[in-house]
Amino acid sequence: MALQPTFEAVKEGDQIPTVTLNCDSQRLVLWAAGSGDYYQIHYDKDFAQATGLPDRITHGALKHAVLGRMLHEWVGEKGRVQRVACQYRGMDMIDKDLIAKGIITAKRTENGQNLVDLEIWTEDPSGQKTTPGTATVALP
Amino acid sequence: MTQQKESLITDEMRGVIGKESDSVTYEVDNTGCRQFARAVGYTDPIFFDEAAAKARGYRAIVAPPGFLGHPVMIPGKSAPRGPESLGFQTSLKRVLNGGTDYEYFANVCSGDVLTGTMKISEIAEREGRLGQMLVVSTETTYKDRAGKTVCIMRGGFIRY
Repeated sequence: MALQPTFEAVKEGDQIPTVTLNCDSQRLVLWAAGSGDYYQIHYDKDFAQATGLPDRITHGALKHAVLGRMLHEWVGEKGRVQRVACQYRGMDMIDKDLIAKGIITAKRTENGQNLVDLEIWTEDPSGQKTTPGTATVALP
Repeated sequence: MTQQKESLITDEMRGVIGKESDSVTYEVDNTGCRQFARAVGYTDPIFFDEAAAKARGYRAIVAPPGFLGHPVMIPGKSAPRGPESLGFQTSLKRVLNGGTDYEYFANVCSGDVLTGTMKISEIAEREGRLGQMLVVSTETTYKDRAGKTVCIMRGGFIRY
């Protein structure tokens, strides 16, 4: 387990540890079952191509969940993930790595809670940001 | 080429903005939490092991961020879900997810039974790489058995 980050110690501009997930066909089928999203563009190549896509694409909500995982793993046992928001601007193709990243943009105290805002996103292996977003976590 | 493209947004569509859906029941169970956590690559035992979750102060196995259980669907009985159930209709057949925003107000754990109600908050039109698109924004509120709001999910999907 990584060290517990604290509100006092973190600062604006800090980058949090990245998380990388390879999105092969097994991963996308695991996600289909885990999320209940069985839309065929994610696991049926013929179906995906018939809708005009070059191949199967990674589920948007899986990218959101990987961003959530990155935040959960960073905030430690005493932190809480409160808000995770992202937009699916670019498609991520099957079999590629999804790289989740985040940078602290603000620190604030609200109703006695120590809140940290972040800019978060996922990148594809070429470094293109396909899923930009924002998040809020509570730290001890 | 002065001909204007016809708007994809109809009066019927505008009429469903703000209308609330029937509520859908979501069950959060151990297997659902574990399966979701495994799919995302989590290794934190609070998503898999009840004893570990309790040792960390949770009441049961924790639902990972983004997991609010699975909807209870009984063939022939459950109300249809999604924007179509509100009367939203379009001839555009293809769908993409536009974005997801989960805001939590409480922990969600195995054993929770949540009710979710959805409404369409906005319908916009955009010209994109895939042609003319409709961007539909939705807001789903999840409440626990006591009626307390535990999470609000704001989402958007694209029809093209």
